[in-house]
Amino acid sequence: MAASLQSAVFLSNRIDPHRRLFASPARSLPGTKGSILVVRSDGRISGRLSGRNLITNAVATKADTPTSSTDSKPGHELLLFEALREGLEEEMDRDPRVCVMGEDVGHYGGSYKVTKGLAPKYGDLRVLDTPIAENSFTGMGIGAAMTGLRPVIEGMNMGFLLLAYNQISNNCGMLHYTSGGQFKIPVVIRGPGGVGRQLGAEHSQRLESYFQSIPGLQMVACSTPYNAKGLMKAAIRSDNPVVLFEHVLLYNLKERIPDEEYVLCLEEAEMVRPGEHVTILTYSRMRYHVMQAAKTLVNKGYDPEVIDIRSLKPFDLYTIGNSVKKTHRVLIVEECMRTGGIGSSLRAAIIDNFWDYLDAPIMCLSSQDVPTPYAGTLEEWTVVQPAQIVAAVEQLCQ
Amino acid sequence: MSTFSAVKILSPPLFAARSSSPFLASPFAPPLSRSGLRSTRLPLPPLAVSSDVISGQNPIASDSSTSRHAEVSREEALVLYEDMVLGRVLEDMCAQMYYRGKMFGFVHLYNGQEAVSTGFIKLLEARDSVVSTYRDHVHAVSKGVPARAVLAELFGKTTGCCRGQGGSMHMFSSTHNLLGGFAFIGEGIPVATGAAFSSKYRHEVLKESNPNGLDVTVAFFGDGTCNNGQFFECLNMAQLWKLPIVFVVENNLWAIGMSHIRATSDPEIWKKGPAFGMPGHHVDGMDVLKVREVAMEAIERARRGDGPTLVECQTYRFRGHSLADPDELRKPDEKAHYAARDPITALKKYILEKNLATEWELKAIVTKIDEVIEDAVEFADSSPFPPRSQLLENVFADPKGFGIGPDGKYRCEDPKFTEGTAQV
Repeated sequence: MAASLQSAVFLSNRIDPHRRLFASPARSLPGTKGSILVVRSDGRISGRLSGRNLITNAVATKADTPTSSTDSKPGHELLLFEALREGLEEEMDRDPRVCVMGEDVGHYGGSYKVTKGLAPKYGDLRVLDTPIAENSFTGMGIGAAMTGLRPVIEGMNMGFLLLAYNQISNNCGMLHYTSGGQFKIPVVIRGPGGVGRQLGAEHSQRLESYFQSIPGLQMVACSTPYNAKGLMKAAIRSDNPVVLFEHVLLYNLKERIPDEEYVLCLEEAEMVRPGEHVTILTYSRMRYHVMQAAKTLVNKGYDPEVIDIRSLKPFDLYTIGNSVKKTHRVLIVEECMRTGGIGSSLRAAIIDNFWDYLDAPIMCLSSQDVPTPYAGTLEEWTVVQPAQIVAAVEQLCQ
Repeated sequence: MSTFSAVKILSPPLFAARSSSPFLASPFAPPLSRSGLRSTRLPLPPLAVSSDVISGQNPIASDSSTSRHAEVSREEALVLYEDMVLGRVLEDMCAQMYYRGKMFGFVHLYNGQEAVSTGFIKLLEARDSVVSTYRDHVHAVSKGVPARAVLAELFGKTTGCCRGQGGSMHMFSSTHNLLGGFAFIGEGIPVATGAAFSSKYRHEVLKESNPNGLDVTVAFFGDGTCNNGQFFECLNMAQLWKLPIVFVVENNLWAIGMSHIRATSDPEIWKKGPAFGMPGHHVDGMDVLKVREVAMEAIERARRGDGPTLVECQTYRFRGHSLADPDELRKPDEKAHYAARDPITALKKYILEKNLATEWELKAIVTKIDEVIEDAVEFADSSPFPPRSQLLENVFADPKGFGIGPDGKYRCEDPKFTEGTAQV
């Protein structure tokens, strides 16, 4: 928690050194009720926290014996993929039923090094190298989940999980319901997606839009080392099937995260930068394009509020709603395709719930409906760039 | 050494099968040559042929005069008989109820295939798992799910085993370790592989051991499924990790209207086992005692931790694919041939011949089952339909998955949520 504020402070400091973040996120602004339920790591709801509380989006479950940090600052620095690994390892230590399966997760250590070192520590059965059979090993993970284990299934690239769509939709999403609640599917399906650096069309897919209609599935997208670790742990502890979207280009982000154990809430959004003029909703890599645009915008005199929605399904309508009620203008910036993407659903949800608070039509910037081209120039034009975000905000705030 | 694993070429009456029918049906056909070249009309002989893996087992027993069946005790025989009768009466009642408008949708009946279900499932312990397909009513009752729960589920009542939410094709029971009930073919095979993985994991990682061996998973599926990718992928993984699973192919020769021969380049499914390194057996699926013999060996093998087995049971469904299937493609003489080999009649004949029970006792079993099923129908009929409040209850195991509403509370705390009127 401190780290995210620190990193947010860091970012905001780069924007405008005289602007200070509030010590607590938007929901404890004056006039709002601080009524977010905080899920503790043992599953209990801790009750309503109100007012300025630094821990509204993280729960410190136990204080580690204070580690002697070599730096004077608290916490430790690591890269995003290491944060994912740390979260995974902590959960595997905590619960022996947590296991990992996927291609090259074991001996190879994961194609993005998220599972590096885990197979030697936990063995080849707990960190299972599967053959290249996504549909079947995802189904296998589901069968294992039904019979008591808690598998973390890795898609080497999210796009490969298209092969597992049968199992994800029919079994992951629906089995709890069609069995009348008899079986639960506590799987985590994770992997890198999104547009990378000239990876070509098939390796640059955004599956969040394809999965979002599946009932019974939860989807979250991580964007910083802090929320990556917290969401990984939350997803593993959740009894629901959770799809955790990571991004190929974000694995080497560095951040200082707390030493104490923390688990984030799967259903909550993250306030990145409070503001007054416009609400910008984003997730995953586009968060960074938005923050870059925010620099420019601030210099031009605008005050954007940036929210990383994090929970792609379901949406955190409380955080989003409070923001809309404050700024009355919404811009959605996403990496999904325009058609049928997360932005379309989000737009619909905002219109349904907060129509009266809007002063302008909701703008949505998404990727072009185009298979991601290989050429660097073309690829740049398929995704939303900061300049477009600046132009959109200017248009919105006219 | 099981008797079936002798390579016995029973000599069926040989006369030329010059029928132009495209289906593989009759035993009135020349036995398959081992070298495998075949004409398009070459049928599959109903032999018990085993192809054991190159693990050093000698599949050929020289003694060909071994009895056709291993001995079965009176108690065992009656258990088998009752189970098969239960399956048959249940399915007949389903058909009746369907035509009376008590159940809807797709209903796939198991008449004729009872020997496979009974032969395997009656050898399992409560801790073992069964995974089935849409043709799952009889697997459910064999595994121990009460007929009341199955019929109530079929009627769509809230007292059904899945609260009325699953229906005919989605029978589940956590108490009886019935892991489904799947509508898409092949979908259950990876789930079964996962259950077997879980069993191995619990033994090796969690160190939970049972003195009798590993929990076994039995996956049932049809001939059509054996052309599906999931089948092959799971054969590979199961053998790779030596999972305690038995893959049972209920080869009833037809996938709706697609004959097995027309769909499959090499129709001998049992051969696909050794291709992956596991034993493949072919057995007469109309004979419950033969199925049981093969099943015993396969289940024991899995329990020991020696890995999976593929068992192809040659069987037949007396009714159409589903109650909506006019069943026009199958020839009457094929149907008559298999009707004459009704597994229940065959077992009854065996029991009477071996004096394991009297005719009267067998009739009493049938009467008892009739009463069980009638009671189940009454129970299902008088059970209530699910109320509106049930609509959203089981979408998520953790209902926080519905998210946080505009008022800051979790959606599932909204009173309208339980009423089923909330907008999700």
